[in-house]
Amino acid sequence: MSLPWWLPAGGALALVTGVVGGALLALALAAPGLDLADNLGDAYLWRVVWFTLLQATLSTLLSVALAIPVARALARRRFPGRGLLLRLFSLSLVIPVIVAIFGIVAVHGRTGWVNDSLALLGLGRIHYLYGLSGILIGHAFFNMPFVARILLQALETVPPETWRVASQFGLKSRDLFRLIEWPALRTVLPGVAGLVFMLCFTSFAVVLTLGGGPKATTLEVAVYQALRFDFDLGRAVTLALVQLLLCGAIVLAVLQLAVPSTTPLTEGRLYDRPDRGGAVGLTVDGAALVLTLFLVVLPLVAVALAGFNPRAFEVLGRGALWRAVGQSLTIAVSAGTLALLLGAALLVSSRRLRHRLGRPAAAGRLELSASLILVVPPFVLATGLFVLLRHVADVFALGMPLVILVNALMALPFVVRFLGGPMMEEAQRHDRLCQSLGIAGWQRLRLIEWPGLRRAVALALAVAATLSLGDLGVIALFGSQDFATLPLLLYQAMAGFRMAEAAVIATLLSLLCLALFLVIEGGLGGLGRRSDA
Amino acid sequence: MPDQPMLQVEGLSFRYEDMEMVFELALGRGQCLALLGPSGAGKSTLLSLIAGFERPLAGRVMIDGADVTRWAPAARPVTSLFQEHNLFAHLNAGENVGLGLDPGLRLDAAQQQAVREALARVGLEGLEKRRPAQLSGGQRQRVALARSLAREKPLLLLDEPFSALDPGLRLEMLDLVRQLQDERGLTVVMVSHNPQDALRIAGQTAFVHDGRVLAAGPTRQLLEAREPAELRAFLGPSPSPSAA
Repeated sequence: MSLPWWLPAGGALALVTGVVGGALLALALAAPGLDLADNLGDAYLWRVVWFTLLQATLSTLLSVALAIPVARALARRRFPGRGLLLRLFSLSLVIPVIVAIFGIVAVHGRTGWVNDSLALLGLGRIHYLYGLSGILIGHAFFNMPFVARILLQALETVPPETWRVASQFGLKSRDLFRLIEWPALRTVLPGVAGLVFMLCFTSFAVVLTLGGGPKATTLEVAVYQALRFDFDLGRAVTLALVQLLLCGAIVLAVLQLAVPSTTPLTEGRLYDRPDRGGAVGLTVDGAALVLTLFLVVLPLVAVALAGFNPRAFEVLGRGALWRAVGQSLTIAVSAGTLALLLGAALLVSSRRLRHRLGRPAAAGRLELSASLILVVPPFVLATGLFVLLRHVADVFALGMPLVILVNALMALPFVVRFLGGPMMEEAQRHDRLCQSLGIAGWQRLRLIEWPGLRRAVALALAVAATLSLGDLGVIALFGSQDFATLPLLLYQAMAGFRMAEAAVIATLLSLLCLALFLVIEGGLGGLGRRSDA
Repeated sequence: MPDQPMLQVEGLSFRYEDMEMVFELALGRGQCLALLGPSGAGKSTLLSLIAGFERPLAGRVMIDGADVTRWAPAARPVTSLFQEHNLFAHLNAGENVGLGLDPGLRLDAAQQQAVREALARVGLEGLEKRRPAQLSGGQRQRVALARSLAREKPLLLLDEPFSALDPGLRLEMLDLVRQLQDERGLTVVMVSHNPQDALRIAGQTAFVHDGRVLAAGPTRQLLEAREPAELRAFLGPSPSPSAA
């Protein structure tokens, strides 16, 4: 390849930073008499900052603290439904946030399953879903399964031979955790905790719907309110800058704690763990799994059951609904494709840094730079671009492209995450061979990379498109009678307490996400084709 | 030795983590050189520098009289066989060989014929359509060897491609390399940590230790002299390696 190594990533990063910088600048310039110092002296702002930090820290701690016993239980127990549970765990990553919130409300809400059961037992109803506890439940629903899966993967990298040695020396369960499992978890915890913190810090839909009032407002929601209701550009810029600096600094600090992992040496044989017996262990694992049932499984079940209600036919007959379906799909596929292109460009460069130029640390930083976009409030991006472009383009035509662009940027970290590993592995295997045979550029893409990577590409695109399909983000800002997505309709139905209608939309949106995911993953990924194994 | 060496390595330096390496080497046309030494000594790095996968800090690599130090790997008159991943798993044997003739895999009739002949020469007649997963470990390395032949480059670099094979199969492959070398007048550089391999096909041996070529010369002579001390330590306490 004759392209300089930095060109693909440089192009992608230039677009990303151009969009972010341009949007912030445009907002700052458009705000009449913007006085940062004055805004920063505002007590309201610091209350919001304090609450944002508080809920993000608690959410991260809760997610990690629950995920450790759950991952441990999954690692050492084999029980019926374990595979299904793991699949549900990955579902919680792609299920539309607003749909999951619907499920959480159906289980934990004022008239939810838990309260109905309490009432049946003659006990009083308890209101625990709104405010800080609601936010924590929502964030734990999304992040605990995600963290647990990553921790489980880390536990599975423990070489099986270790269990043989442990059995021989008669290590107790506690010692196993301290000496074997904790060091394995330690390599991934800072990274995953940093990511969860960032997701909770910038979380929007959960806080908007479950926060339940001005007392529980985060920076992200405050930005939205400043733009949508007060049209206070100056305050939005100030809030966005505070979020960018604060969250960015915290995430970078957490990442400093990361420990490099070592490649485990194993003969690949299986040995049994010595701590499967024991009443205490069984009780702890059982408790972790029951908690998982309430927190993760029941809300998903509620979503699955909800759509079958008497309002279904009437709701499904509405033209507005199907227009939203079309607009949602257009946004999802376009944003997913754009995210895939940007992510691939970044990774092409980072791969050359890693494999040809021998600079893995720099490559890691480049890949990380993609994640930092999550720190920027999407509303600021969208509004900034809107302000920037409103004089040169038709205002009503701008909504769709802006939603696509911003959704693509928000999906970028996930593309990098899903495509990065396979791309690096592919290079590990074939880079030298391609170099020595002079297979480069288009030929390498066609003959070598595509056959090897199509499944990973399909998965990355499927995740990006599905995330975008279910996203309740900037659409909340731009949505109108003529321009709506399913997540927005769902939010509006829930906000208006039209729960039967919401249930139908939630089910439809879930099925649509599932279908889009399967079509992309199966169609593009070539599932069902003969594999070479 | 002919006037102009086929391969000449002059003051070629490289750094990997804390290890500094400087290599000097010369090899005549049509000869076979074994790079012998403990693991981590820098043998494979030297081979990568010759093939062009790594960039040296200083020094130069001359092949057939040309200074190729700045050339891309594919442009060098060199073909490499690696320890593993020599083949693309999703392409069949014929396609894997064909890639050596055209990196876009657009082969004319003559090239397709060349692919079949190369496969036949390594004993894989009629197996063009097999994929790597349907071949044994030895057959896979034969496909890679067939590709090296088809490429018709004068210098063949072997980075322990047969070390994972059973002893009998390994010797069989080494003998095949030797026959091909004789037939085509190839110059061969082979990395090995086994003195028996060197004795079997390599007239020349260079002992690599800690990023340096500590001793070089005719294989039998070098192994019998057991000098310097590092070579003695590497070979172990047997009285004479040739007796084994």
